[in-house]
Amino acid sequence: MTTMSKHTLSVLVENKPGVLARIAALFSRRGFNIDSLAVGPTEHPDISRMTIVVNVEDLPLEQVTKQLNKLINVIKIVELDQTQAVQRELVLVKVRADAETRSQIVEIVQLFRAKTVDVSPDAVTIEATGSSDKLEAMLKMLEPYGIKELVQSGLVAIGRGARSITDRSLRALDRSA
Amino acid sequence: MTEHAASPRRGDNPAAHAPGPQAVVETMTGAQSLIRSLEAVGADTVFGIPGGAILPAYDPLMDSSKVRHILVRHEQGAGHAATGYAQATGKVGVCMATSGPGATNLVTPIADAYMDSVAMVAITGQVSSKAIGTDAFQEADICGITMPITKHNFLVTDPAEIPRVIAEAFHIAATGRPGPVLVDIAKDALQATTTFRWPVETSLPGYRPVTKPHAKQIREAAKLLVGAKRPVLYVGGGVLKAQASAELRILAELTGAPVVTTLMALGVFPDSHPQHLGMPGMHGSVPAVTALQKADLLFTLGARFDDRVTGKLDSFAPYAKVVHADIDPAEIGKNRPADVPIVGDAREVLADLIVAVQAEFDAGHRGDYADWWVKLNEWKKTYPIGYEPAPAGELSPQQVIERIGRIVGSDAIYAAGVGQHQMWASQFITYEKPASWLNSGGAGTMGYAVPAAMGAKAGRPEAVVWAIDGDGCFQMTNQELATCALNNIPIKVAIINNGSLGMVRQWQTLFYNQRYSNTVLHAGPEHDGISPPAQGTRVPDFVLLSEAMGCVGLRCERPEDLDAVIEQAMEINDRPVVIDFIVHQDAMVWPMVAAGTSNDEIQFARGVRPDFGDDLD
Repeated sequence: MTTMSKHTLSVLVENKPGVLARIAALFSRRGFNIDSLAVGPTEHPDISRMTIVVNVEDLPLEQVTKQLNKLINVIKIVELDQTQAVQRELVLVKVRADAETRSQIVEIVQLFRAKTVDVSPDAVTIEATGSSDKLEAMLKMLEPYGIKELVQSGLVAIGRGARSITDRSLRALDRSA
Repeated sequence: MTEHAASPRRGDNPAAHAPGPQAVVETMTGAQSLIRSLEAVGADTVFGIPGGAILPAYDPLMDSSKVRHILVRHEQGAGHAATGYAQATGKVGVCMATSGPGATNLVTPIADAYMDSVAMVAITGQVSSKAIGTDAFQEADICGITMPITKHNFLVTDPAEIPRVIAEAFHIAATGRPGPVLVDIAKDALQATTTFRWPVETSLPGYRPVTKPHAKQIREAAKLLVGAKRPVLYVGGGVLKAQASAELRILAELTGAPVVTTLMALGVFPDSHPQHLGMPGMHGSVPAVTALQKADLLFTLGARFDDRVTGKLDSFAPYAKVVHADIDPAEIGKNRPADVPIVGDAREVLADLIVAVQAEFDAGHRGDYADWWVKLNEWKKTYPIGYEPAPAGELSPQQVIERIGRIVGSDAIYAAGVGQHQMWASQFITYEKPASWLNSGGAGTMGYAVPAAMGAKAGRPEAVVWAIDGDGCFQMTNQELATCALNNIPIKVAIINNGSLGMVRQWQTLFYNQRYSNTVLHAGPEHDGISPPAQGTRVPDFVLLSEAMGCVGLRCERPEDLDAVIEQAMEINDRPVVIDFIVHQDAMVWPMVAAGTSNDEIQFARGVRPDFGDDLD
């Protein structure tokens, strides 16, 4: 089975300068495409977590993870199963809105459990989080009103249940810290 | 005076762990700390050239009695010398350069070491930390530049980090799959006062190379091996780097399976051994290439299914199951799926395999390869490596190399450049011992031979070291002969001078209708590459050039002088010797699998495809 599909990788990395560049460079050098990448701190100050969405076949996916694992600053890689993980993106979108359309837009916002974070006479700015599908659906609804500006975060994801992917890595780090 | 507290970490590097009675805490400059760190990790030889940003490091280097610095003439020479040193000694090779162009001149040897998995540490000066990012004089982002061609690299701006980074750099370079590590140190970090502490505590939570193979996989592999009818031990450079030559021989002799050694592994299994089929690949022996094609089991040890070995991948070894043991998990399944993947150090893998195979034998399972050997021996007998003699009175390049190998023997170290002479050196010299063959396999770096030979000789002064070079390669890096002459590094260089870029010319002969575009070295652009006389490259005059650089220069143009001139070179041990062998320009490397074609299309000689019979298909 070699079908292209999206895979969500959680990558724990040492919080050091240049790590993002190393990972981005590895993807481009080995010819892998990144769909989305989000990076931020974790509960441990020495560890950052990247969530990388790649669109590859199974075999190249194995290469991606093996090559990533070879980077000295990469501590751990976990592929998050889409059904076993909560996956979220954040979108901020500025929609054209006048007195006539504003209430309709606010209704859409409520429908998608989004938030209106800024209002001006000609526009509203909406903040929404959710899965890609949900955000896509919302944006589709907003499109007819005129999207003036849109910014979207990379996907972040976390596994369901009590287990934590950082537990053991943190213990390892504590041992060496 | 500032005291920089080292971060309180405990390391994962056992060597650097316990603060023994010799634990040192001293105040000194970053530069002194660097040199002390190099001494502490056991670096005894550094190849380099000073310049502005690295200048502070060269001051304490002058006083070090433990670290010998060899002043090269070009940073590329320093890099290849470090590689040659590492390949010949099994230790980490070290090179040093200044920022900007000094560092970028190291890029080729770093890429070369990366491709061939050579343990190397490159130390570069960087502009002062405040100037980084301002396009300062001689600034280059060498960490950014070398990111894809190093195993890891470090930018050091805090002098307190120098001992830890040096310890980590050497640890990373030498362990797991070896490779080059670059340490870029800002000038102000070298100048600042700091605290040198040793032993140092390393912190590499993301670096845990697996060396111990999985027992179940070993058992599976042993089972396949004793169950196979037509196995081949496909041995690569990983076995050489793991220093597992003795274990390999035990396994080979225990099982009776045939062995092929790749270009990176020559010498790890004796060429003269009856189970050795030669080298596989584009210019491999017919028995080696064919054995892989007809095999039912590739028993792969520390090799990586490089395209120069597999030819067209789809049709490579079509009947074979694959056992693939490598220390780098990313190599397994990269090009060819493995039926039994084994991650581990080749030496530990082989040691465990010997036990597992013996257990299979004890259980009454033993491979019967008798029919297989009938075929293999037939191919060995019918298709030995050979060459057509040169026209009367001319030297054939193969004969020159063959005679050097015979007269000099298997105790010497041979370093080759890249091209026809490299392939002939792989074919016509008998390699019996590990670390006797140095070459640029993965990167194919022309100009590798002279500086690599220099590095090898510096690391093993008691050994006879020959560079087998081409007249094209030689013109890329021969300036290091001056380094050799002035630093008592008496290497010997054989220039296989055919007046052209021979391997490219061979492709032009075969694939470009004999249109010799820009491969003529013996004349200018008016020459068509065909018309006589072609008597090697005479501009420059390599004999005079070598003499000018403090070497003995000799020339050999006639077959009858061949042995005498090699023997003469062997007598000279106080200076480097260069022999300019003027050879027949139309000699070609055979056998050959044309690029992009199947290994089944191997040609024994031009237009001659061996007859394999079809009974195994």
